[in-house]
Amino acid sequence: MRDYTALQVLWFVLIGVLWAGYFVLEGFDFGVGMLLRVLGRDRAERRALIHTIGPVWDGNEVWLIVAGGATFAAFPQWYATLFSGFYIALFLVLLALIARGVAFEFWGKDERSAWTSTWEWAITIGSFLAALLWGVAWANIIRGVPIDGKGNADGSLTTLLNPYAILGGLTTVLLFLSLGAIFLTLRTKGELVERARRIARTVAPAAALVGIAFVAWTIVDQPHQSGVEIAVSALAIVALALSALAQLRYRDGAAFALGACAIVALVAMFFVDLFPHTMVSTTDPAYSLTLNASASSHYTLTVMTIVAVILLPVVLAYQAWTYWVFRRRIGPEDFGEHVRNPLDLLAGRGSGDAPAL
Amino acid sequence: MNVSKELAVTALDLARWQFGITTIFHFLFVPVSIGLALYVAICQTFHFRTGKDVYARQTLFWGRLLLISFAVGVVTGIIQEFQFGMNWSLYSRYVGDVFGAPLAMEGLAAFFLESTFLGLWIFGRGRLSPRVHLATIWCVAGGTMLSAYFIIAANAWMQHPVGYRLVGGKAQLVDIWKVLFSDLTVWAFLHVILAAVLTASLVALAVSAWHLRRGQEVALFTSAVKIALVLAVVGALGSLYVGDELGRTLIREQPMKMAAAEALFNTEQPAAFSLFATGSFTHNPRHTSRDLKIPHLLSLVATRSWSDRVQGVNQLDAQYQQQYGPGEYSPYVAIVYWSFRSMIYLWGLVLALAASGLWLWKRGRLASSRRWLGACIAAGVLPFLMNTGGWLMTESGRQPWIVQGLLKTSQASSPNVSSTQIWTTLTGFVAIFTVLGGVALWLFLREARHIPGEHDEGSGAEASLAY
Repeated sequence: MRDYTALQVLWFVLIGVLWAGYFVLEGFDFGVGMLLRVLGRDRAERRALIHTIGPVWDGNEVWLIVAGGATFAAFPQWYATLFSGFYIALFLVLLALIARGVAFEFWGKDERSAWTSTWEWAITIGSFLAALLWGVAWANIIRGVPIDGKGNADGSLTTLLNPYAILGGLTTVLLFLSLGAIFLTLRTKGELVERARRIARTVAPAAALVGIAFVAWTIVDQPHQSGVEIAVSALAIVALALSALAQLRYRDGAAFALGACAIVALVAMFFVDLFPHTMVSTTDPAYSLTLNASASSHYTLTVMTIVAVILLPVVLAYQAWTYWVFRRRIGPEDFGEHVRNPLDLLAGRGSGDAPAL
Repeated sequence: MNVSKELAVTALDLARWQFGITTIFHFLFVPVSIGLALYVAICQTFHFRTGKDVYARQTLFWGRLLLISFAVGVVTGIIQEFQFGMNWSLYSRYVGDVFGAPLAMEGLAAFFLESTFLGLWIFGRGRLSPRVHLATIWCVAGGTMLSAYFIIAANAWMQHPVGYRLVGGKAQLVDIWKVLFSDLTVWAFLHVILAAVLTASLVALAVSAWHLRRGQEVALFTSAVKIALVLAVVGALGSLYVGDELGRTLIREQPMKMAAAEALFNTEQPAAFSLFATGSFTHNPRHTSRDLKIPHLLSLVATRSWSDRVQGVNQLDAQYQQQYGPGEYSPYVAIVYWSFRSMIYLWGLVLALAASGLWLWKRGRLASSRRWLGACIAAGVLPFLMNTGGWLMTESGRQPWIVQGLLKTSQASSPNVSSTQIWTTLTGFVAIFTVLGGVALWLFLREARHIPGEHDEGSGAEASLAY
């Protein structure tokens, strides 16, 4: 029975778009984070790697914060059930995001190797843990968790860490790792490109295999597949395979685009599978939260729609502009002995010999 | 049954402690970021206009300090957003229709703006023209203030709900403008911004004074002291006006909070202003033990008349029992009273410091008065005490309500989150805050001790603001 409104569907889709944007954007910067100590062999190389995402990672993370805020505003019951139910998992996500977030800022503040390696590990482990937990969380959201008649979910770690969800977590880790490696083939120069390619050529096929297995398991798990569900799942499989193939043929740009498509298709699959619910109860299907039962009033959704229509294009424009400004490739040679701060130029100290980064 | 009831009480207390600790920790950094972003934008604008080296070096110097505080502020802010759902699911269910909107707007309008443009500002100098680069720091400063605006709008609604109706036992938004532009929102926002300006100026004064006492970079830090003094005067005098308006708004909208803040247990006409009161340290001692008062002053401040009535805690408590049923309707009076007192009294110290600074400025002795400079260094901790006092008063003064008059805090926490789970997260947060706070403070002090421009000539990481 259809009991949802067009605005509710619009916000469900919009939250899907925010998650897709988050997974693509922070996906590659998680990937770069995980590869920091693998690809970068010395301080200058690691600095180059950090600089590929330095100007953008914080803006990328806002996609998550806005997805969370939009869920709160548009579907308060969804937000309340999910965030209280997945309590410990989200706590771990927070720890991971906090550790890697401050690590970017703290890393360059001291030259002692104990200091830098501490923050490098914070970036690596934080990126890995967050990537893993998001996959685990989303696999559980579409698979369903025990939810009682009052909307209280039991998402303790013992519930969440089931084989299907672990496969989901591996999928996001490998997809983000692969997208990060491919991103680096496009944003670094010299030997770093070659190393990133080697990693990408190993990880991209693995990501495709694990991802396809996860999508297949999802299809088997969800008994009544609609045409749309099958279409998005198929799209995800095709994009995953093609991305790996493009990487094997050294088509870096195409591999990145296809890898991003695969992530978008995967998130689309989550949302299509979930629809018309926001949370699925394994205790009793009657306890599942529907779109209509979780949504805010028509008035609130209208207000939020107006705000989003005005602001989202502006945000997309300036974020796209940021990527354009920082499109140049970066290598360790940009960080030789005379590393100059951009603002040193302002202070009249660089006088032209400073690298423009 | 008894056991589970006791556990539920413990979980609620823990959830409250966790929210209090995360919020206070978060707000140690937020006002520094808001204020310093403005301060840096001003320095960079001066440099853009005059081309003077002294402003360029200040931009760099204060910019580094801004980034340390910003990093911690951002990551602890994510906790705040998640925590409403994680620990306060019944609250979220109840208020989401109203409260979620300003929160989502904050993300869309403010977080994207500040974080994207901060990235552009840090890394963009080589590729952006000076004019565009200057615009990016103003976007950051504007973003931080917008962020404050939306979160204060959401908070003000908890203090004084407007523009809603109750549908099916939940609040439903009917007028967004009332939420975004209520009296309380506007005054509380201005109060927070002025507090941020004051915070940054006092931090800048403390750092500059430290250098001046050592005779380092006298020209540069004298210039910094002047900018900071102007901002401190604006912040202090602005706070006087706005704080007064805010207080009178609260007398109307949250009389219990203000009665507790004045330790006014019984309604008085005319009402006297309490300078120093003691009482037994219980929830509501119902009377003061000792109370040093100035007659008529509270009537004058609260009602603008010589002898009008101001309501007391006990009478309000009785009135609320009639209105809402039996229960305890007063906040923890001593906490509200002393957090408010500390804000006022420390403000007095700040004003004295700023006034004596202006006098020294006029006599041309800003850089040479060792005693005044020493006082400035010590005053560096004051804004943090005042900011914390302000939030303690605001949030604990609202108790027992989480949404004034609508929903009690005791009915708002997540029923499915156990005290064991909250112990885990509370321990984790306290541990990570201790490390983060320690590292951030150490880095901040270390950067602050550098002579501006000194290591800009050098090599390696220390020359870099961009990580």
